[in-house]
Parts: sequence; C-alpha cells; structure tokens
Amino acid sequence: MHGIIAENPTFRLVLGTCPTLATTISLINGFSMGIATMFVLVGSNVVISLLKNFIPEKVRIPAYIVVIATFVSIVQMVMQAFFLDLYNALGVFIPLIVVNCIILARAEAFAGKPENNVLASAVDGLGMGIGFTIALSLMGAFREIVGSGTLLGSPILGEGFAANAFKLFATPAGGFFTFGLFLALFNLVFDKIDSKRKARKEGV
Amino acid sequence: MSIASANGVVKIILILLNAILCNNVLLVQFQGICPFMGVSRKVETATGMGLAVTFVMALAALVTWLVQHFILDPLGFGYLQTLAFILVIASLVQFVEMFLQKSSPTLYQSLGVYLPLITTNCAVLGVTIININSGYGLGTAIVNAVGTALGFTLAIVLLAGIRERMELGNTPKHLRGFSISLITAGLMAIAFLGFTGLITK
Repeated sequence: MHGIIAENPTFRLVLGTCPTLATTISLINGFSMGIATMFVLVGSNVVISLLKNFIPEKVRIPAYIVVIATFVSIVQMVMQAFFLDLYNALGVFIPLIVVNCIILARAEAFAGKPENNVLASAVDGLGMGIGFTIALSLMGAFREIVGSGTLLGSPILGEGFAANAFKLFATPAGGFFTFGLFLALFNLVFDKIDSKRKARKEGV
Repeated sequence: MSIASANGVVKIILILLNAILCNNVLLVQFQGICPFMGVSRKVETATGMGLAVTFVMALAALVTWLVQHFILDPLGFGYLQTLAFILVIASLVQFVEMFLQKSSPTLYQSLGVYLPLITTNCAVLGVTIININSGYGLGTAIVNAVGTALGFTLAIVLLAGIRERMELGNTPKHLRGFSISLITAGLMAIAFLGFTGLITK
C-alpha cells in the first residue's frame, strides 16, 4: 500500500499529469476522476495478473491496453448512465484514462510480474488509486477554495470572498501553478523527513 | 479565386489559429502533459517530438475518422470507440515506425526514439475523440489535428527554450525539476490566455 504516500503516483512519481491538471478545478471533479481511475486500476491489475501466463511476452503492451480500454469503456458507460453532470464536466478526460501512464505503469511494473499474485495486484491497484484520489482531491479542494471561494459548491469563506475570488486559480494557468507548488511542498516535506531519519540513525 | 473557395481558405486558417493559439492543446486543454514535461529539456529533442506528433496526429485523425464513419457507426458499435481508437493509434505508430525505418532512415533517426512514446500521448487520442464529438467532416478533422499538433510543437519548443536558460539559473532546491517547469508552464498559460476571444465565431 505504499502507493498512498511514499510512492504517491502524482506527487512522488509524477505520473498521469494530464487529468491531475485538467480535472482539479473543483473538489468533486478531482475526487470523481480519482475514483474512476482507481476502479480502472484495480480492475485492470486483477485481470492482467490473472492473464499474465497466457499473454505472449511480445504482444503484452497491446494486450494490456485492450484490458485497460475495456474497463475505461465500462466506467464511461456507467458515468453516462448515472452521473451525467460529472460525465459532462470531465468530458474527454474519461476516455483518456486509457492513456493515463499510471495504469500501464502498474500493469507493466507490478501486475504483469510473475511473482505478484492476484490479491497483491488488487491491493497495489487500490493503494495507487487511493494515492491518486487523495492527490486530486487535495488539489481540487485548494483550487476550488482559492479560485472560486467555494468548497463542494458552498461559499465557505463567505459570499464576499466567493464574489472576488482569485479567479486565476480556476484557469489552466492556476492548474500548473498549484501542481508546481504542491510538488515543491512535497519535496520539502520528504526532504525534512529523510534528513531527520538520517540524523536519528547517526545519533544511534 | 471564387468567393466560395476564399471562404474555405479563411475557414481553414481560422481553425488552425484556434487550435494553435486559443485552444492550445498543452496550455489550455491539458492534453499531452507527460511528453511536455519529459521531453522538453533541449530545444532539439522538443522539435523532434513535435514533428513526430504532427505526423502521427494527422494520420490518426484520418484513420480514426474513417473507422468511426465506415465501421463503428454502420455496425452500431459506438461503445467500442475508445478501444478501437487506441488500437488504431498504437498500430499506426508501430506502422509509421517500420515504414520510416525502411523508406527514410534519416527521418527515422531523428524521429525514431519519440515514436513509441506517442502511443501514450493523450493529446493524440484526445484530438481524435474531440473531432468525432464535434461532428467535424474529414477535411476539418485533419486540419484541426494538424493545428493541434502545431500548437503542441510551439508550446513544447518554447518551454524547452526557457528550460535551457533556466539550467544556468539558481533555482531553489525544492523547486528544481518538474516543479519549476510546471510553474513556468503556468506563466506561459497566462500569456496564452491573452489569445482567448481572438476568434469569434
């Protein structure tokens, strides 16, 4: 489960940057994108782990892509049927989950490896998915509060702030800034933890 | 030149400008950010990536349009769109790679390394899906794809130029790498916001 923090796909591995930037205009958008990706991650990890002995080495990448695309189509249809507003808000980024590098990376680096069984692959997908969801929700919440002055649609900083919010953070440029600053923050925090650990070791 | 064809030329130029500047695929639509960050260290490699993407995107727009209108639509297989398109793009990239290797080794040498990376460039899949969703005709779809790819090339070459300079600067330790590149891209995105509303329909 180290996908949640130590190997967080967004802030530590910097994978799947397109949906991270595009869908984090609000908390609910970021969160639902995270959940949709998590579903695809777990599903494709499980199926690929089950099929890995039958997939010839040379055509494994196209085979993985077909499995992933199948799960993405399922997500697309379910969202269109039950969450039409979200489906319209996320738009082209739902089919684009297919080319989210996190999913192919986990298939290649974890689920497709002979030493990892089905359960371990499912847990790996779940961990990475949770990490991705947390990252997107954090960025979505930040951009919604600063950019529109609301959280989940309600003006938590008062109507006055919502009317005069720092709109730049709701624009694409704000997405880049937020991601860049969050990355720097995570670098700083992990650096501090590392140096503390080192200091403790040397102290012992 | 007759009025009809002059109108056609104006329309094509407007679509191109819209795709390159107003709706820049990287800085406004957020598609293809992985290569944008990964392959933008040097202007030379960024240009190579841009050319390879342009080539594949135009071809992909042509083939996926035909697939959608002559295979998926008549058979009622619309729900296979994502699956069919990604397979078309993956095999197209493979085909282009083999074709270039045989027919034009010099071009292959300059583009070769970037070609496999394009399969997972979401801008390619994105532009094909947007073409279909917007109901574009074949010609418009290809022009839109070329415009999108040129916009991609413009943005990635610009960022590479800035990053080459930035290597020499004294960036704070924790901002180095992806972080400062993203912030730079943010500043570029603000500049591109200025193009919004340049073209009114």
